[in-house]
Amino acid sequence: MLISLDHVTKTYRGNDQPVVAVNDVSVEVAAGEFVAVVGPSGCGKTTLLLVAGGLLGPDSGEVQIDLQDPYALSADQRARFRAERIGFVFQQFHLVPYLSVLDNVLAPALVTGERDAADRALALIDRFGLSDRRNHRPGQLSTGERQRVALARALLNDPRVILADEPTGNLDGENSEDVLQALQTFANDGGAVLLVTHDPDAVAFAGRTVTLDNGQVAMQTGQEKVASD
Amino acid sequence: MKISHLVVQEIVHRRLNFLLAVFGVSVAIACLVGAATMLNAGEIQTEQAIRESKQAAEKAVRKSKQAAEKAGKQLQDEMRKITKGLGFNIVVLAEDEDLGAFHAEGTPTKTMPQEYVTRLAKSPIVVINHLLPIVTRKIEWPEAKQTIVLTGTRGEVPQAHRDLKKPLLDLVPPGKIVLGHHLHTSQNLKPGDTLTLKQRKFEVLKCHPERGSVDDVTAWLNLEEAQEMLGMQNLVNAILALECNCATVDRVAEIRGEIAKVLPGTKVLERGRKALARAEARNKAKKSADRAVAEAEASGTRLMADAEASGARLMADRQELTSVMVPVAMIGSFAWIALLALGNSRQRRSEIGILRAIGLGSRQVLVLFLGKALLVGLTGGAIGYAIGFLAGSRWGAAVDADLYQARWLVTALLLAPLLSAAASWIPALLASRQDPAVVLQEQ
Repeated sequence: MLISLDHVTKTYRGNDQPVVAVNDVSVEVAAGEFVAVVGPSGCGKTTLLLVAGGLLGPDSGEVQIDLQDPYALSADQRARFRAERIGFVFQQFHLVPYLSVLDNVLAPALVTGERDAADRALALIDRFGLSDRRNHRPGQLSTGERQRVALARALLNDPRVILADEPTGNLDGENSEDVLQALQTFANDGGAVLLVTHDPDAVAFAGRTVTLDNGQVAMQTGQEKVASD
Repeated sequence: MKISHLVVQEIVHRRLNFLLAVFGVSVAIACLVGAATMLNAGEIQTEQAIRESKQAAEKAVRKSKQAAEKAGKQLQDEMRKITKGLGFNIVVLAEDEDLGAFHAEGTPTKTMPQEYVTRLAKSPIVVINHLLPIVTRKIEWPEAKQTIVLTGTRGEVPQAHRDLKKPLLDLVPPGKIVLGHHLHTSQNLKPGDTLTLKQRKFEVLKCHPERGSVDDVTAWLNLEEAQEMLGMQNLVNAILALECNCATVDRVAEIRGEIAKVLPGTKVLERGRKALARAEARNKAKKSADRAVAEAEASGTRLMADAEASGARLMADRQELTSVMVPVAMIGSFAWIALLALGNSRQRRSEIGILRAIGLGSRQVLVLFLGKALLVGLTGGAIGYAIGFLAGSRWGAAVDADLYQARWLVTALLLAPLLSAAASWIPALLASRQDPAVVLQEQ
């Protein structure tokens, strides 16, 4: 399994009552699988994604990404682990506003420092139809273009896993389809996609759907689509 | 891509934040460098002022000293001449001179060989300054029907063991005559006139003013001529030893003893206490001259001390001003940069969140902020140095000296990045410890 969440629980302890955001959830995503996580707002979808991405340590349970527990690593090692194994795509794109398209795509290479990163970045930019935009700033791009830049950035270090949080939330139908198609392709190429969404079209792309309700898995549907390897 | 690229791009993107931070650093460094340059200029100016004052004082002292020395010499010379009349300090008389007659007549009557003068001059006596052999006798001046004292002198006899002194009595050349006051006034004579004395013609060389002594009725001739006229060839009847070093009575006794060793049998008389009076008069003249020189020197010293004190006061005032201004500017700049850095880190919260999420470590985020702070410091340091140097040079002083000091440029370029980095440290630390999960959840 590329993504394995086993009886994961996460509770937020603020000034008020503790809130159990994720309660004993177990999800597994194999290589080549595209899994959608759905549920009402506040059901714990994003928390689950952050826990899976090594950004938010669970209170209990076990997390494994590409057979490695990210929380067993030091903070710096975990950061590098994320850069090498996980690609993130967010609804708000989270592009660096003062960097060009090319530099945004290259941002993960700040960590890995690979020499051929620029070539790969240009190839990705070309693949997502942004060649004529590569020197533009995010503010000069359409929302669809921004999300494609975010996708290219997520793919730069050739990750094993993509975690996407509402990636089509701000996009029109055509752009949504492009993004989902790209995720599908990534899964088809042997990666694992865990997609948090409200979008029914996005769910349609997923091979399997996990429904969360009140922090717990309410239902799992669909066929597992496991990569041949 | 490298972190430095990110730093530069962010600076270009948020120019105002960068420029405001650079302004803060520039102000602090400009204050520091300006103050240092001003103090340096002040030091140079003070040194220059002191040097000029010193030169002026030295010049004034030199001038005063020269004037005082000149006046002193004139005074001493005048005094020497005035006191010349007191000059018969020691008189050496012939062995058979009747002192009673001598005192009664005022002139010696006996003679001694002229060779005695040579003997005395060649003797090692060092206490006598001038030796004057004379022949003198009271005679009748038949042409004028007057009784006069005829004195023959040949001027000073050089002493073998001493440098030649300025003669106290001028040599009277042959054929010339010097007249006392009564003689030239009674005969209505003046220098250049010719007179006849005992059938010999003489040209009047000099007419003395009134002295109120026997000098007023004395006529001075060349020694040889006087000897011939008086029938006293190769004879003298007195040797005057003048300006003896005889500040005390005992000392005169010593002189007398020394002369007696060279010319045994001669009679040596001290002509009253005149020598002492003369020495005192000359000493007073010298003291007066020395006092004038000392006063000139003291005045110069006062001038220099005033200039130094004035310079020191100026420097103290400037140091006091800078000792307040520089720390205030530094603290103000520190706070200003810290606030700007804090604002910048808050503004970049989302950006830092995603960079952390995609793998940037906390150290890299720290470098991102501190790198910017260093660039702010370097830029601000360079600008601040230029402004401070120009301002300090302009306001410091109107000196031509080169005020550039490499150490202040180095200090500015080291201190400014340090100041900026220190002020940005806490905001950078906060940014590097930012939890990306919190930021992403907020979105």
